[in-house]
Amino acid sequence: MEREQIEVDVAIVGAGPAGLATAIRLRQLAQEQGRDELSVCVLEKGPEVGAHILSGAVIDPRALDELIPDWRERDAPLTTPARDDHFLLLREQGALRLPTPRLLRNEGNYVGSLGRLCRWLGDQAEALGVEIYPGFAAAEVLYDESGAVRGVATGDTGLQPDGTPGPRHEPGVEIVAGRTVLAEGCRGSLSQEVIATYGLDGDADPQTYGLGIKEVWEVDASVHRPGSVVHTVGWPLDSRTYGGGFVYHFGERRVSVGFVIGLDYSNPHLSPYEEMQRFKTHPAIRRHLEGGRRLSYGARALVEGGVQSCPKLEFPGGTLVGDAAGLLNVARIKGTHTAMKSGMLAADAVFEQWAQASGSTGAAGVDRALTDSWVWDELRAVRNVRPAFARWGLWGGLAYAAADTYLFRGRAPWTFPHHADHEQLQRQADARPIEYPAPDGVLTFPLLSSVHLSNTNHDEDQPCHLTLRDPDVPVRVNLPEFGAPETRYCPAGVYEMIGDEAAPRLQINAANCVHCKTCDIKDPTQNIQWRVPQGGEGPIYSEM
Amino acid sequence: MKVLVGVKRVIDYNVNIRVRADGSGVETENVRMSANPFDEIALEEAVRMKEAGICSELIAVTVGDEASQEVLRSALAMGADRAIRIHAEASPQPLNVAALLAALAREEAVDLVLLGKQAIDDDANQTGQMTAALLGWPQGTFASELTIEDGRARVAREIDGGQQTVELELPAVITADLRLNEPRFVKLPAMMKAKKRPIEERTPEALGVDMRPRVERVEVSEPVPREAGVRVADVDELLHKLRNEAGVI
Ligand SMILES: Cc1cc2nc3c(=O)[nH]c(=O)nc-3n(C[C@H](O)[C@H](O)[C@H](O)COP(=O)(O)OP(=O)(O)OC[C@H]3O[C@@H](n4cnc5c(N)ncnc54)[C@H](O)[C@@H]3O)c2cc1C
Ligand SMILES: Cc1cc2nc3c(=O)[nH]c(=O)nc-3n(C[C@H](O)[C@H](O)[C@H](O)COP(=O)(O)OP(=O)(O)OC[C@H]3O[C@@H](n4cnc5c(N)ncnc54)[C@H](O)[C@@H]3O)c2cc1C
Ligand code: SF4
Repeated sequence: MEREQIEVDVAIVGAGPAGLATAIRLRQLAQEQGRDELSVCVLEKGPEVGAHILSGAVIDPRALDELIPDWRERDAPLTTPARDDHFLLLREQGALRLPTPRLLRNEGNYVGSLGRLCRWLGDQAEALGVEIYPGFAAAEVLYDESGAVRGVATGDTGLQPDGTPGPRHEPGVEIVAGRTVLAEGCRGSLSQEVIATYGLDGDADPQTYGLGIKEVWEVDASVHRPGSVVHTVGWPLDSRTYGGGFVYHFGERRVSVGFVIGLDYSNPHLSPYEEMQRFKTHPAIRRHLEGGRRLSYGARALVEGGVQSCPKLEFPGGTLVGDAAGLLNVARIKGTHTAMKSGMLAADAVFEQWAQASGSTGAAGVDRALTDSWVWDELRAVRNVRPAFARWGLWGGLAYAAADTYLFRGRAPWTFPHHADHEQLQRQADARPIEYPAPDGVLTFPLLSSVHLSNTNHDEDQPCHLTLRDPDVPVRVNLPEFGAPETRYCPAGVYEMIGDEAAPRLQINAANCVHCKTCDIKDPTQNIQWRVPQGGEGPIYSEM
Repeated sequence: MKVLVGVKRVIDYNVNIRVRADGSGVETENVRMSANPFDEIALEEAVRMKEAGICSELIAVTVGDEASQEVLRSALAMGADRAIRIHAEASPQPLNVAALLAALAREEAVDLVLLGKQAIDDDANQTGQMTAALLGWPQGTFASELTIEDGRARVAREIDGGQQTVELELPAVITADLRLNEPRFVKLPAMMKAKKRPIEERTPEALGVDMRPRVERVEVSEPVPREAGVRVADVDELLHKLRNEAGVI
């Protein structure tokens, strides 16, 4: 069946902070310069803006100040100023309060929900004339004869599991765009394709990632300290595994509690989900949640490679922005402000080019603008912090980070490289087994009851969106060598080994997927590929 | 034939319902909302009637606040010809909604009012029946099959014991059950066009309807959580537990 075509000037994939900031800035410029005809269209795979957004979040308003200076008067949902920072080293028994590193101080920042901020940004964008279409995922990159990107296509709907059209089949739609902006966030499925197609990461180190698992709790007023920010290192992880926890108090008796684990962890027995549950039981964390009720659960991978791993942003026909390009500042665990700023810079360059000579596919100068901006200065200054932890573990990492911040002030003349996360797993025989405590149903919960709180859903009657390049690898390689790590790293219980010992089989419960992208990253032989399911499916987060 | 379809904006069926801590109701703030699934089924049925040439004009109506326009946009994208929003505070009661729908059905001189069998938020299963009563029209509720011929509607109804088929003279009120059809996916170009189309606005005053609530909600509470099950090793243990612990055999 022929696909319908829609033409727009700029197509943006993803309504996160990066995509929305791009869209807003483009339409601001169009209005300021009397070029109201500029059409900007945003596709979002979540059923509404913000539904797939999961963040901390302590937000540095620097980019927002530049984009919408009167955001406070416009009732942006950032109303809890960060008040006090606690940096804790957790031990199995007890906790030690360390001096808060400069990078983790949050004066001037705000604690809130990035999903809610995105909904508000979406409203601002629509008021400026941006067209946002939640519920429509970009499934395919379109190329022209010269090999440049000419847009994206949404996926077909109503395909049957075997890929053939069912009774409700509708072909996807081609969005043909002068410029295509990929703002898919960490490990975007189209972004990965475009990076590979054009070798955008040719000069970069492998990207390295973390997995963040988070819950939002409603707590008793007596323990709620709006604006209070806690970061932890140490227990329950061993000192060779990079990661840490956070507890952020905000809004109406809300507490975000989360745990991030570097996906370069080596022990295949490790379960990020169980580590996160165990983390909550530490007395220093438990007291924040005592008597509260858990409202939601979710997980999302984050980019940790910094400048070493940044691909080139621009490709023929478009550009990457935000976490799709790896622009998170891992030493500060903040990527919202850099994502937004990168979108604004891309918008400036793309607008300029569009306004001058429509039809040109030459580079608009986004990479140059990025390296000239504060985003690059900020990311360059912290570039050695994350790899120092990978090299020397927690103690060496902390020591290096302190030296780097206070002695070298980020200007050390060396740069440490990154390694690829999927190559770091040890053989299961060489690794120490880990016993996790059973959930208590009050503070800690079984995995499936958590997944339930992500509100995720997928029509079972469609092709599986988690595809195996070789269907035999899970049983032939992953199971004997690594003990089927996908059954542990997936924070939604999607992968299950079933069948008896003689004939084990990997079952993929794709309906549970929360779109965190971890399997696409961590599978030891890179055999799993995450693709977009039908638009509008996946988690429904409201305050993540 | 003119068809009026009611579409209510409710908490999305995938979202876990949460009772507010103070028991005053269900939490709807910052919660994903979407069209009541049974209303999408009603709408799909009407769109099919249009495609079959049975329906000449399809009007989608919602009763609600400004945010409920969103469900009308999808209704337009699915194939409604017109969309009307009747202004109301969030969650008006079934009798008020029925009175509004009846008034609108008369004003628009429709031949068929097609609703969902119930809305998945309050589960009252009342609006369709009350609308029919206020209009004095025949009703066919829980429809799982619907054929319209010669000014009559033949409705296969889902009932406890199986299926019942009724024939109604039009105009009538029919409410859709789950098996009536599977709604289509909304297409992106249709959604783009729907965004640019007008939504007509009406008020209860203009329709002459008194919106005072007739039912007072005293308290909302969560169902008592079910106790977790236990795994038994074998049939003997099961029998033992049934006999000695549960005392049922
Ligand atoms: C656990 C955790 C804690 C964090 N804490 C903080 C913090 O405290 N402060 C801070 O500033 N940052 C924090 N971050 C980082 C921050 O959330 C990200 O840097 C930021 O969200 C990146 O923005 P983005 O727009 O690039 O991508 P995202 O926010 O990931 O948005 C991408 C959007 O694109 C959509 N999308 C993706 N692919 C497609 C497709 N093919 N078609 C259609 N839509 C698509 C997604 O659904 C999503 O809505 C944290 C991240 C995590 C995971
Ligand atoms: C036996 C039984 C089995 C069930 N099984 C399931 C199940 O399998 N799965 C499941 O998810 N749920 C199930 N339910 C729950 C049920 O689907 C609904 O939740 C519920 O009954 C809706 O109640 P309501 O009173 O709000 O509907 P009503 O208020 O009576 O609404 C009925 C219709 O009136 C119209 N209407 C109402 N208000 C408006 C408005 N503001 N604007 C426009 N039109 C409006 C709509 O067309 C609506 O569909 C079941 C319920 C029962 C009784
Ligand atoms: S299947 Fe992959 S993307 Fe989905 S939740 Fe599991 S690890 Fe994340």
